[in-house]
Amino acid sequence: MKYEKEILNAHELDNILTRLTFQILEKCTDFENTKIIGIKRRGAILADRIREKIKQFKDKDIEIGYLDITLYRDDLTEISEFPIIRGTEIPFNVKNKNIILVDDVIFTGRTARAALDAIMDYGRPKKIILAVLIDRGHRELPIQPNYKGKYVPTSFDERINVKLKELDGIDSISISKNIK
Amino acid sequence: MSFTKTDLLGLKDLSKEEILFIIETAEKLKEINGRDVKKVPTLKGKTVVNLFFEPSTRTRTSFEIAGKRLSADTINFSASSSSTSKGETLIDTVKNIEAMHSDIFVVRHAFSGSVKFIAENTKANVVNAGDGTNEHPTQALLDLMTIKEHKGGFEGLNVAIMGDIEHSRVARSNLWGMSKLGINVRLFGPKTMLPEHFKHFNCKICSSMEEAVENADVIMMLRIQRERQSNLLLPSLREYSKFFGLNKRALSLAKKDAIIMHPGPINRGVELPSILADSKQSVILEQVENGVAIRMAVLYLLSLNKKEG
Repeated sequence: MKYEKEILNAHELDNILTRLTFQILEKCTDFENTKIIGIKRRGAILADRIREKIKQFKDKDIEIGYLDITLYRDDLTEISEFPIIRGTEIPFNVKNKNIILVDDVIFTGRTARAALDAIMDYGRPKKIILAVLIDRGHRELPIQPNYKGKYVPTSFDERINVKLKELDGIDSISISKNIK
Repeated sequence: MSFTKTDLLGLKDLSKEEILFIIETAEKLKEINGRDVKKVPTLKGKTVVNLFFEPSTRTRTSFEIAGKRLSADTINFSASSSSTSKGETLIDTVKNIEAMHSDIFVVRHAFSGSVKFIAENTKANVVNAGDGTNEHPTQALLDLMTIKEHKGGFEGLNVAIMGDIEHSRVARSNLWGMSKLGINVRLFGPKTMLPEHFKHFNCKICSSMEEAVENADVIMMLRIQRERQSNLLLPSLREYSKFFGLNKRALSLAKKDAIIMHPGPINRGVELPSILADSKQSVILEQVENGVAIRMAVLYLLSLNKKEG
């Protein structure tokens, strides 16, 4: 049996993204040298939305890239699902740029570490800022996001399910657990 | 889609979906080759041994580069310096290298079936880099990837494969692959290099070059495998070139946007004149480029699957 509870609806999700965008904008003035990179797949969608909000509030169009961290995972042979490569698309030079790195959930920190390694392979950015929608704790590496939408304390056997319109047809964040 | 094969021995053993999946993976990996730092840490700590019992430069280099781009330790082993020349059996050689904790063997051997034999006797993942006149799967996969890049897909394409079909493992692998992907294949070559059993591949055997190239989307020329012929099967290279080499007149019968392919190395002036080998329609160097991406994809996908026991 599965227990599942919604923790954010579409409206709340949008509000949190708006707040995240403003937090980023407070620190970001040099738009020419700022780029956004979203971690595939749902981080990439959230990155698109943050970019749209920056366009809306500041009338600035920031270049965006999408990162697939599969090839940088440190657990390739241990993961249960088959790692499909979705491809990285970074159409700009990251050297000396301020990079806003976006992901949906931060958990152990291994995805963020892989993303940092991957970005470094493209060049040496001036700064990387990590923005995530949900922080569910349980870090295994000393990595913290600069901005987080919501901290959701979870137990290890719970799951955070991020559903986004573009992929799942609905905007909703839920927490679930299998009950024996 | 998940890929469950532990060895890549030939396209005969792969399903249409598996062939397309390898190509799609390679398309994603190709981007790495254009970076300043052409390296990802995916196979860090893995050992890939290129066991080449037959001479090769481009395939071995391509596999070596592919392994290195994925951060594997790639080691080359060639027949001239191997213990097989001192009388050691093939399996003993393989077992010895396996005992050094190698993860993947890339094997080329002059005898058909030898790579399958090795795969059955080792715990390492095995990739066939050409076995006798049997198969050369990564070459066919890179050919298919290049065709896809130019033609957008496979279904219904007309492909003319011409030349020394009998001795070509490239042709055999392509025939397995292309028939699964819905490509119409036409074969043309000297009768001495076109044996009866090719009829079973559901392809058209043409009696003239004109018939083979007419309305073709792809023209694939093969190299004369002089090293693999026990008896000389043609009177002279000049005669071969005249009757079986591609020329401008024949090419004009193909579709205007037809591409010319060749697995290399070209015997310039025999299968292809330089004017065509270096023309805009020629995609020979793109094939070489895609070869690295395909081999990266194969090494990556096989490394995810450990053999039982």
